[in-house]
Amino acid sequence: MASDREFNLIGKSPLRVDGMAKCAGQTKFADDLSMPRMLFAKLHRSPVAHAKIVGIDTSKAEAMPGVVAVLTGKSMPIPFGILPVSQDEHVLAFDKVRFIGDPVAAVAAVDEGTAYEAMLAIEVTYEELPVVLNAEQALANEAPAIHDYGDDGNVHKRVSMQFGDVEQAFEDSDEIFTDITLFGSNTHLAMEQHASLGHVAADGRVTIHSSTQTPHYLHKAACKVLELPPSRVRIIATPNGGGFGGKSDPFNHEIVVAKLSQVTNRPVKISLTREEVFQCHRGRHTVLMKSRMGMTKDGKITGIHFQSLLDGGSYGSFGVATTYYTGALQTVTYEVPTYRFDGVRAFTNKAPSGPKRGHGTPQPRFAIEVQLDKAAEKLGIDPAELRLRMIQPPESVTANWLYVNSIGLAECIEKVVEGSGWKERFGKLPRGHGLGLACSSYISGAGLPIYWNAMPHSGVQLKVDRGGGVAVFCGETEIGQGSDTVLATCVAEVLGLELLDVRVCAGDTDLTPVDLGSYSSRVTLMMGNAAIQAAERAREIIGKHAAKRMGIPGNRVVFAGNRVFDAEDPERGMSFSEAVQIAEAEQGTIGTVGSYSPPPNPGRYRGSGVGPTATYSYTAAVVEIFADEETGMIEVDKVWIAHDIGRALNRNLVIGQVEGGVYMGLGEALMEDMAYREKRRGVLKHPSMLEYKSITTHEMPEVITTLVEHPDPRGPFGAKEVGQGPLLPMMPAVANALHDALGVRVDQVPIHPDLVMKALKAKDKRAGPKKFPDLLITDTQRVKTQAEGGDGTAPRSPKEKAVQS
Amino acid sequence: MMRLPKFTWRAPETVAEVAKILHEEGPEAKVVAGGTDLYPNMKWRVETPKTVVSLRKVEGLTGIDWRDDGSLRIGPGQTLRSLERDERIAAELPGLHTAMKSISTPLLRNMGTIGGNLCLDTRCNYYNQSYEWRRSIDFCMKCKGDTCWVAPSSPVCWAVNSSDGVPMMVALGATLRFTSADGEREVTADDLYAGEDGRAWMTRRPDEVMTDIVIPAQNGARTVYQKLRRRGTFDFPVLGVAARIVMNGAVQSVDLIIGAVGPVPVRAGKAEELLLGSTLSDETIEQAAALAQKSATPLDNTDFAFPWRRQMVPVFVKRALLEARGQV
Amino acid sequence: MNTASSTAGRKVTMTLSVNGEDHEVAFLPEKTLLEVLREDLGLTGTKHGCELGECGACTVLMDGEPRLSCLVLTLECGGIAIETIEGMTTADGPHPLQAAFAELNAAQCGYCSPGFLMTAKALLDSDPAPSRETMKDELAGNLCRCTGYEMIYQAIDRAAAEVRGEAGHGE
Repeated sequence: MASDREFNLIGKSPLRVDGMAKCAGQTKFADDLSMPRMLFAKLHRSPVAHAKIVGIDTSKAEAMPGVVAVLTGKSMPIPFGILPVSQDEHVLAFDKVRFIGDPVAAVAAVDEGTAYEAMLAIEVTYEELPVVLNAEQALANEAPAIHDYGDDGNVHKRVSMQFGDVEQAFEDSDEIFTDITLFGSNTHLAMEQHASLGHVAADGRVTIHSSTQTPHYLHKAACKVLELPPSRVRIIATPNGGGFGGKSDPFNHEIVVAKLSQVTNRPVKISLTREEVFQCHRGRHTVLMKSRMGMTKDGKITGIHFQSLLDGGSYGSFGVATTYYTGALQTVTYEVPTYRFDGVRAFTNKAPSGPKRGHGTPQPRFAIEVQLDKAAEKLGIDPAELRLRMIQPPESVTANWLYVNSIGLAECIEKVVEGSGWKERFGKLPRGHGLGLACSSYISGAGLPIYWNAMPHSGVQLKVDRGGGVAVFCGETEIGQGSDTVLATCVAEVLGLELLDVRVCAGDTDLTPVDLGSYSSRVTLMMGNAAIQAAERAREIIGKHAAKRMGIPGNRVVFAGNRVFDAEDPERGMSFSEAVQIAEAEQGTIGTVGSYSPPPNPGRYRGSGVGPTATYSYTAAVVEIFADEETGMIEVDKVWIAHDIGRALNRNLVIGQVEGGVYMGLGEALMEDMAYREKRRGVLKHPSMLEYKSITTHEMPEVITTLVEHPDPRGPFGAKEVGQGPLLPMMPAVANALHDALGVRVDQVPIHPDLVMKALKAKDKRAGPKKFPDLLITDTQRVKTQAEGGDGTAPRSPKEKAVQS
Repeated sequence: MMRLPKFTWRAPETVAEVAKILHEEGPEAKVVAGGTDLYPNMKWRVETPKTVVSLRKVEGLTGIDWRDDGSLRIGPGQTLRSLERDERIAAELPGLHTAMKSISTPLLRNMGTIGGNLCLDTRCNYYNQSYEWRRSIDFCMKCKGDTCWVAPSSPVCWAVNSSDGVPMMVALGATLRFTSADGEREVTADDLYAGEDGRAWMTRRPDEVMTDIVIPAQNGARTVYQKLRRRGTFDFPVLGVAARIVMNGAVQSVDLIIGAVGPVPVRAGKAEELLLGSTLSDETIEQAAALAQKSATPLDNTDFAFPWRRQMVPVFVKRALLEARGQV
Repeated sequence: MNTASSTAGRKVTMTLSVNGEDHEVAFLPEKTLLEVLREDLGLTGTKHGCELGECGACTVLMDGEPRLSCLVLTLECGGIAIETIEGMTTADGPHPLQAAFAELNAAQCGYCSPGFLMTAKALLDSDPAPSRETMKDELAGNLCRCTGYEMIYQAIDRAAAEVRGEAGHGE
């Protein structure tokens, strides 16, 4: 990897390739598309949280002028879902409904107003079932079972795994800290409401344009439900008006427009209302957590036993992965020699939870970082110093068999400590003012795909035009993070071109090689490496013929400034397009491919697929707040954040992701709340932009960002992820700052002001959950750590042995 | 996209025409000025008027006119933005200026009018929801249903008057003038917001149109408005404290009005009595704040935990009184 | 009596002035300006995020003032100069705000950007050197979920300087 050479584009801030179009109103988002004779669809959604469907009468709707088609669930009986282990959704429910908002019927009409009125005219008869509205209730009540699969009753997934002897480690500890913490649900609230347009060509082939982060997975789901071969279905991901994980499941509405277009032979569009977007949800799981952490007097962790109880909502979504993620990454920031994790995901009659920015890791990160703050206080060690003493070494394997490559966390901590004046100011600000510190890490792409396969995770195809332009094809999806720009940048850097010379064609399952999608912070690393490979292959071909023409050895050929020239005599050379023409004349049309698969991971136990990555990013942040002790309201005054990015490919894009992560994290810390009214039949409390509170210009503080850049050999040009990591430390940093400001602990997010007031009045100066239920773990997978001489596998449990014999 | 239901639209040019239409069409006609309150309600189908009567072209409904006697006449069609930007209001009626500037967002203040704000429909997070959402709870008594879900045994609706202008106008002693087919009438803000029910919080009849808002001469009264909400923009108040105090060494007159805690603004009468004649000492302010808390009983139908909102009443009353004490 | 009226269910024909051009359009009385711009005039640059006045994505300029097109009846737009994002780019090229937003990554997903740009344009038209506090106040009706707003302020700063004729582009 050319880590020290001078770059043309890398590390600078060239104009993002989609920037001008977005600022000119030219970018076509899904709802901006229209076609001749297009119909509009609406979904009739369940008004009850849990019920058997007894009857559906669509006759009134069908009789309305302007209504062209009405569909019910029996027309699409095949289930789908994002994970192979939880194919539990139907496009339209036909046997039972599981939450308020579950789609039951669909209408296509000549305009949206007519479709809406017809949707209301559909009459569904329900036989209501008792509802389960939180995870503790679900754990305690096997009946009524929301699904007929899962580990038992309403437990969707129960996992337990132990690495090393945690109980012994606790016995050897000087202190054991036990904390119960609650992370409340929140949602993505992307500005763009989901929309999809389906149409069927005269030859019968189906196309779905959709605001999806994962066209490849939507392709699989749509083909399965529609019973069509993948070659007859095309998914085109439109630029997403924000994703954050909220558009990474295949959704009912995406498949329903395809079916309606098949039925009507007309294009059909659906554009969800904001309330429906809340019902799609797949946002942050509510997680109740209990962490026991053993420590030595000098501030070393001896072991952690972490337990999490997730409120999964009504469907599987990514939930099995989320469950594992609440346990996976605790070990990659600090040295944790022994570790046990128990997790349960419960089904409840609420909108399905799923992956939101940070996917399953912000919750335990909150628990651990707040716990460390308490530990630091108890042990009399500065919280920053405590963390610096325990950082996981680079190129190491954690207790749970995750391989950590490079780690820039120490430098991140040093930067924010210095920037914030931590040493002089922490613990010394006037009452009401406080500083809080927290750290985090995140994966640069999941080590395993969602369905098992041995194929690349990202593919890139390059077409080099004799005019000097390059078209690059990749299944990645632009969701605002700048993936189109990263793709063009990697190609342009290698071939010495400008960004405008590279045409990006992305997210089209007919035209572009598979990239698994914009989730798990995987795109820059995986697509970037694939793009570099494709571009280097093109450079080799073009360079070979150019060298021959110039009469120099191949290793002297340089690609820069839209020219191909001799390194020793830069005047000697030719334009890039001339070089392409020479190469094309010599060996025909020039096209190359590149692909990428992450390196194998050392863990080989059940669940070891969640957590591995090529390289982890690291973040440290200090937050300064003012907490009003008369009201409990918190204002964030300033944030210092340092992120170990490996190398910034485009500085503005990276800083934009950091600032955006800070923004979203502060919202989660202070106000974003996916609240339900459990005593009112399980309705969402406030499915609107106004009442679901998100941070405005008035609440957003100044953010001082430092990028820590030590190129990671596994990243493209050394880059790591930045889309999700910087969000993670915000919530615990705010909670820790609150303690510095007022001496109280709120072990719960969002930190609503009434909780602060409660903590101020409480004897123990704390507000938050007090009890953690028995997760009813009966079988714990025991894996020897590397230090114990393990090999990453778990001995088979007696149960499994019994099954085998 | 959420869309408006169908309606017939009328755009009269005189107050008399408006009154005639309202008289003829009855309660099925709704007047609209800025549209920022009515249109969302229509998209949610909590309002489905047959006829929408635009006030935009009606003559005589605008103006910010200071009169020789020091009183101020405001046309109800004035945008909230124009009041916020009026320099004389900012100087002489700082409480009104603060209240206007705090309403929703600059974009909505460009559209919304003071008349609309004073007639703002009461709000509730069981009511300001889509038709489909409300169907899930079998609707509420404010629209189509029988139960007040905020307090299911209650015979009345607990939707909240969430206007920032209303408590301020009550504190300022404003008079409002209405026209209907029956003629004109004047009513004080105090008497206008006299309903005990979120469905009938205002004594304005559906056939009446507001034509004038008159704020009497303040003669050096101090005016303040303190607002509690989650964010510095967008949000409706979950508590608004409006105060008007005439000081001359001691308090000569005081109006202390608490908004956004129920269907109508609440006058903190006991606190007013205590404050009258006082010098607004710290102790008096604390006592008045504690008394004021007793007049406010917010319930669980806005943002925030409602016991906390109740806890915040004395805090914000105190802040309002301290601000008034500091005003010169 | 000269009461203009339009009957439910019957289309109205009127002339709208959008981006300096007159357009004859026919639409139902209940159609908002947002819907007519997007669906009848094909101007899909104006976005929607809630249709209830709660997000700012649909902001357009009406006689130079930013308003929410989701809560404006098209029927009431006669004689009003409407400007949308599409009209911000002229024969001279993109408006300095558009260029600065793009260059400084103030538009990430780009969905709120047209709304922010319209509000920002109205702001610069009235205040050529807005302070950070003024920006926070005036942009307080537009939500962005990507940027955390900082890059938007920086872009307005840069565009303002350019409009004032100070300092050019560049890093």
